[in-house]
Amino acid sequence: MAEIQLRDLWKYYDDVAAVRGINLDIEHNEFIALVGPSGCGKTTTLRMIAGLEDITAGDISVGDRIVNEVAPKDRDIAMVFQNYALYPHMSVFQNMSFGLKLRKTAKEEIERRVNLAAEILNIEELLERRPKQLSGGQRQRVAMGRAIVRDPQVFLFDEPLSNLDAKLRVQMRTEIKKIHQRVKTTVVYVTHDQVEAMTLADRIVVMNEGVIEQVGSPEEMYDAPETLFVAAFIGSPSMNFIPCRVEANNGGLSVRLSDDLTFPVPGDRNDRYGSCVGKEMLFGIRPEHITDKRPHTDPTHHDFTSDVIVLEPMGIDTMVFINIGETEITTRSRPRAVSQVGETMDFTIDMAHMHLIDPETEKVL
Amino acid sequence: MSSDTTTLTGSTGREVGVNKVPIWRRRKAAANYIALLPYVFFALFPFYIMGITSIKTDEEINNLGQSPFWATGIATEHYVYLANNTSFFNHWFVNTLIVTVAVTIISVSIGTLAAYALARLRFRGVEVFGVAVFITYLIPQTLLFIPLIDVINTIDEVVPIRDTYWSLILTYPTFLIPFVTWLLMGYFKTIPVEVEECAYLDGCSRLGALIRVVLPMAIPGIMCAILFSITLSWNELLYSLVFIQNETAKTISVGVITELIRGDIYYWGSLMAACFIGALPIIMIYGFFMDYFTSGLTAGAIK
Repeated sequence: MAEIQLRDLWKYYDDVAAVRGINLDIEHNEFIALVGPSGCGKTTTLRMIAGLEDITAGDISVGDRIVNEVAPKDRDIAMVFQNYALYPHMSVFQNMSFGLKLRKTAKEEIERRVNLAAEILNIEELLERRPKQLSGGQRQRVAMGRAIVRDPQVFLFDEPLSNLDAKLRVQMRTEIKKIHQRVKTTVVYVTHDQVEAMTLADRIVVMNEGVIEQVGSPEEMYDAPETLFVAAFIGSPSMNFIPCRVEANNGGLSVRLSDDLTFPVPGDRNDRYGSCVGKEMLFGIRPEHITDKRPHTDPTHHDFTSDVIVLEPMGIDTMVFINIGETEITTRSRPRAVSQVGETMDFTIDMAHMHLIDPETEKVL
Repeated sequence: MSSDTTTLTGSTGREVGVNKVPIWRRRKAAANYIALLPYVFFALFPFYIMGITSIKTDEEINNLGQSPFWATGIATEHYVYLANNTSFFNHWFVNTLIVTVAVTIISVSIGTLAAYALARLRFRGVEVFGVAVFITYLIPQTLLFIPLIDVINTIDEVVPIRDTYWSLILTYPTFLIPFVTWLLMGYFKTIPVEVEECAYLDGCSRLGALIRVVLPMAIPGIMCAILFSITLSWNELLYSLVFIQNETAKTISVGVITELIRGDIYYWGSLMAACFIGALPIIMIYGFFMDYFTSGLTAGAIK
């Protein structure tokens, strides 16, 4: 049980920087998700915490000691790998007890811990089997069980669910959450799936090209992204971005999205956006904030009409694709309120959830 | 599997016996085995001729009017000759066994460590080194035995190894270690590195992970290396022919051709008997360990 600190951490592979000076504090018993596209440095960061990769520069501390030079075996860390990495020549019981045996734990204690973990994971009847006799989901459980029995200071997960089929993935996601609630410990969880990160983590770390873009709770990431990258990465379907111009009109501000479409900016943001008047900016809004037309009294809600280009029924909602200016955007409507493709439809936009992004710095204002 | 036949009703409504092998599958199996027969015959025929000739009397062997393919009775005279008049059993066989076991242990242990290092460690020049090992293996023995004589002579000045099986124990690894290294290097690369990393996190040192996790997973590969190593040293001819003149220090392969062929006289009966016995251990080893080759122990380690 420990906190982890990454201080100005760098990793070079030959001349290529995989991780570029990141700083991160992970609290005791916190569930942190490192998320980002392939090659963003998240797995490298995880492997450096585990001790499987050398650190080019910077410090990693676990608990209150710097572990840069500590061998993986002495870091008291357990890791669940994407491909499970079970020992094929050992039974499930032997797989789970291997780490304890190496630490010369008493036999009764090993049995107690393995049985407890097996009970938590619902794999009691599999203990005598070999890995090749198990299904993907069962192997995944064994891999987690192997980590749980060790009762380590830190749990590392390296995309543990990406080898499972969609249904099992959702199921195991819930399992992991339950297990963390039961076995409280610090968890660092790497995934490229932002839904996994959102549902599991206490805090999310979005990485891109070796740097941390933003750290925050799932709600913060979703409602208040700080950069264009985070705004685009978090959320599915992702946020719409429309080139716009900020204009001043009788005391307030408005954004012009196309020749015939402009919406007033909520009054409380006038100061924030005041410096952007006359500039070309990016207007960001999530699909669920442009809906079929609904009665409203809120001053931030505005109506407009547009032609329907494509419909994507999702069951609970239907995604309606429309054009604003030359940009195709996604909106989200109730299925029964949707027009046919090619027809016009009335929409309501909630400007309270708009974001304004400077295209040069790619920062959200 | 239980022996009682379960029946399933398929979507067509037809009942299908699960444990019953369908007729087309049996036919296919029969066809496969029949197709294999010529190969089996081809592979075992020399062995058969050796065996059958070794139990014939000299008169029968030299009787051109009789078919060479079967014997009229069982004669043990050639085996008796081998035991009484040559050093086959008390020296050649023992020497071959000692050399083979020692050389296999040396080559496989060194080759395993070398292969692991070349497959896993990322040191400067690791790839060049790997290729260099392979090239070493490509240099023909016929080129190497001349300088090796010099090596043996030099060592002999300090420790007497010339004309003993020690010279073979020392020289066989020169071609076996590169071979084993190259073979196992490929095998180690197929073992997922994550399993090893998991062992580190579980508390193993590198050597610990090698012994407890990597080697057990590499058993089919190592068995394969052992098997090849045994076969190659058992059958080796050139070095033992060159390095050993003393009759009691000879191995089977040299003893047979130097003591059982005198000028242009071939002692066919005892020659065949010696070859037959000499080939037996290799055949038995292959028979026993073939399954190890193909067991595919890594199944299930990763998805």
